[in-house]
Amino acid sequence: MMLEVDGLEAFYGEQQALFGIAFGLDEGRVRTLLGANGAGKTTVLRALCGMIRTGGDIRFEGKHIAGWATEDIVRLGVAHVPDGRGTFLRVTVEENLQLGAITRRDRVGIAADIEQIYHHFPRLKERRTQQAGLLSGGEQQMLAVGRALMLRPRLMLLDEPSFGLAPLIVEELFAILRQVNRDTGVAMLIVEQNAALALELAEHAYLLETGRIVMDGPAEAIGADEGVRRAYLGY
Amino acid sequence: MQLLLQQVMAGLANGAIYAGMALAVVMIFLAIDHLNFAQGEMATFSAFVAWQLIAWGTPYWVAFVAVVILSFIGGVAIERILFKPLHHASIFANLVAFFALFSILNSADGYIWDYTIKTFPSPFGTKPLFGSVLIDAHEAGMIVVTAVLLGLLYLFFRGTRLGLAMRAAAANPESARLVGIRVGWMTALGWGIAAAIGAVAGMLIAPVVFLDPNMMFGVLLYGFAGAVLGGLTSPGGAVLGGFALGIIENLAGTFIPYFGRDLKLTIALLVIVAVLMVRPAGIFGRSVVSRV
Repeated sequence: MMLEVDGLEAFYGEQQALFGIAFGLDEGRVRTLLGANGAGKTTVLRALCGMIRTGGDIRFEGKHIAGWATEDIVRLGVAHVPDGRGTFLRVTVEENLQLGAITRRDRVGIAADIEQIYHHFPRLKERRTQQAGLLSGGEQQMLAVGRALMLRPRLMLLDEPSFGLAPLIVEELFAILRQVNRDTGVAMLIVEQNAALALELAEHAYLLETGRIVMDGPAEAIGADEGVRRAYLGY
Repeated sequence: MQLLLQQVMAGLANGAIYAGMALAVVMIFLAIDHLNFAQGEMATFSAFVAWQLIAWGTPYWVAFVAVVILSFIGGVAIERILFKPLHHASIFANLVAFFALFSILNSADGYIWDYTIKTFPSPFGTKPLFGSVLIDAHEAGMIVVTAVLLGLLYLFFRGTRLGLAMRAAAANPESARLVGIRVGWMTALGWGIAAAIGAVAGMLIAPVVFLDPNMMFGVLLYGFAGAVLGGLTSPGGAVLGGFALGIIENLAGTFIPYFGRDLKLTIALLVIVAVLMVRPAGIFGRSVVSRV
């Protein structure tokens, strides 16, 4: 497996937020973490990236990365699209994309990848010289996904990519995520409150409640289960 | 009219030094959110090293370049050794560290080179420039060297990937880590660049104010004031603030009768207070809004 998580715990100060989380992800696959507000979904992604204090074991492509510095984990090919999107507001759209590839050395490849991102998101091309802070919410989310792709990641961690976006934009964004997954074989771990959407894209789902995984299964089965839907997914 | 132009030019020359110190202060402020109270002592120490190299017979420009490089390395080392461990410490811990650095460097100057005032050579000479009475060669040199330095820095921050990474790390450290930028090293690099800028300012002002361990004390005050005037979050604003302060100070000293010469620093600071009452973040600064 590309990513194996075992007995993962996480702490905000003295407060423990995750309790013995275990899951895995194969190369090129898409899985989703579902659950109510405060269940710990975002915390799992932050723990994987070394952004908070953790316990337990995280293996990425055979390396034990628990306790590593965030920038070293990113350099292995883990791209995190954080909630709040992590946009560099004071620099231009194109500079944001350049920053996504800041650890790469291949100038030609970087230029080609920027063109590829503009192909996926033509709106970004129109606004390439504008300050990123002037973009709309949907454009900023596209920029965040584009910036993550500039790393040529092996694994993408997406935190609520649909948050605050109009339904049409959300559909467009998820169609592009599906295409990127097919084209590049990048594995994805998606955290979503919009469960229906995430279950369409993912093949396997985990349900989180107060920092523990309470159920998991194929996306179709989870989505079809009346009890689960009512209790955890709220639709 | 002649006198006015003359004073403006002299103000520009001093302003170049204030601009350099203001820029050095802003570089470190952007990286770690603290004012480097030891910036002036770092510059003085650099100037003493240059004086020593020249006294040993090193050609001026060789010494100049060597000191800029050594100062850069020294700045990086100070961040790694002294301030990196204090990264999460309180503002008071950082303040104490700055004052410790201040007195270590100040005392080291006196211990190594004693407290007698030394003359420092100017590579440009002090003759009037092209026979003009407006400006002498060293003042012109100060302006030109500062302008070149600022141009190089602009190209570095706007035109290179490393410059872009440093800007990103200063503006948004958490997001910078998420694209793989080693934020700690970017901070150290900022210290190195600030130390190198300070070294240039120190070597340029030393022929004017003469070299002694407390040489930069007043100059750093102007540097802080220039940075605050232009905006602590704006490198370009800090530079303009430094130049503006140099000119205001000189004009006040010349044209305000009776107490102008004695109170020129006071008058310059009054102007700043007036500006800050209207624009608290400085002329070009942004007020920081934090989401709760």
